[in-house]
Amino acid sequence: MTTILDKQQLHLTILRLAHQLMENHLNLNDVVFIGLQPRGVYVSDRIVENIKKLYPSEKVNYGVLDITFYRDDVRNEIRMANKTTIDFSIEGKEVILIDDVLYTGRTIRAALDALIDFGRPKKVELCVLVDRRFNRELPIQPDYYGKSIDAIVSQMVKIQKDTETVVLY
Amino acid sequence: MQLSTKHLLGIKDLTKEDISIILSTATQFKEVLQRPVKKVPSLRDITIVNLFYESSTRTRISFELAEKRLGADTINFTASGSSVSKGESLLDTVNNILSMKVDMVVMRHSASGAPHFLAKHIPAAIVNAGDGINEHPTQALLDAFSINEKLGSLEGKKIVLIGDIMHSRVALSNIYLLKKMGAEVMVAGPPTLIPKYISEALNIKVEYNLKKALEWCDVANVLRIQLERQNQVLFSSLREYNIAYGVTKKLLDGLKKEIVIMHPGPINRGVEIDSDVADSKQSIILQQVENGVAVRMAVLYLLSGNKN
Repeated sequence: MTTILDKQQLHLTILRLAHQLMENHLNLNDVVFIGLQPRGVYVSDRIVENIKKLYPSEKVNYGVLDITFYRDDVRNEIRMANKTTIDFSIEGKEVILIDDVLYTGRTIRAALDALIDFGRPKKVELCVLVDRRFNRELPIQPDYYGKSIDAIVSQMVKIQKDTETVVLY
Repeated sequence: MQLSTKHLLGIKDLTKEDISIILSTATQFKEVLQRPVKKVPSLRDITIVNLFYESSTRTRISFELAEKRLGADTINFTASGSSVSKGESLLDTVNNILSMKVDMVVMRHSASGAPHFLAKHIPAAIVNAGDGINEHPTQALLDAFSINEKLGSLEGKKIVLIGDIMHSRVALSNIYLLKKMGAEVMVAGPPTLIPKYISEALNIKVEYNLKKALEWCDVANVLRIQLERQNQVLFSSLREYNIAYGVTKKLLDGLKKEIVIMHPGPINRGVEIDSDVADSKQSIILQQVENGVAVRMAVLYLLSGNKN
């Protein structure tokens, strides 16, 4: 098991992502942050927390999305769904999808399908903490990433919540 | 993650964990039903036949809507106007339908045990939508979901089922489910409509006085008098039944606390329940119907994984 990001690096990376997002989106009113259930929410919670610190007086549109019912492998394994909370309109907004790891791209494909059912956003961007560059199965790339890594199929990347580190094993 | 059963034949076969999984999945589907597009593609590769050998409004529409909201293809079959009138047997009918590549069967039948019989002979997943006087599992699940939503949990809650217990599949499914989830259950009604040994057999309370039953409970689930299943006179008239066992506003106003009123429908207004009670804010009858779609989506979604 190797550590990709230790506690301090994780903290700094998330802070950088928050700043990068704000660089490109000056008007918070037009922006919507959507964390993907279940593991992306760990990252999106922290990014949004940092953005709120940067702009304490502004309202941040933040929701979480579960894509279980949109998976393309539903017939292989039935999974438990998690909560979805998007209690604002995404119509005409710039949506930033946030997830922990981008790997095959299939989760993001499902997330795009799910998202469109809530309205027609002006634009959708993808922000991930870790980009696994190889083994993409769909033409999907991140607009923002914390760290890009090369890993083989049998390896796993995971955020360890207790130690606040990101590991490869 | 999977249910312990391939079919949903009755609550009797489910574990407590199965019930929790279904109810929690239904919560997520209820959220889906609030979206601008009230639909997900989970079952778009699945074909479902709704096989109704007995009349139904709510259950049939609710199942069909649940199937469509999951993206499944649906076929509706009703016994009248089909080859059943030419003498085709249940198994032949179903095998013929299945040969057209159908994956799941939702069925209602007037014979108790009909879906259990089918489950032994066909490969498709079967969902019981009511069989005779045996079980109506999705109704019990949506009742439980509605109580959960209203009161926060089922554990330790006092629920009374009032009326025609003898002929009610809703009652039996509710009793199994509520007991499994740790609620206290009572049945109330005239002695002629309550099976004699039900208290010992199912470990529940029995009360013949409606007022006492209502004083005891947190939730009253009022059942329909099933005139179509009664072949002997079990009470003298509907009017007399209403006087002794009808849930009235006056009765509810005399209680110390506000109880929740439920009814699986269709309502015989002025018989087992008065209009002003059915339409009051204590009543969650229409919420039950609304929740029915989400609960049935959960059942179909969870059973669809067992295709192989």
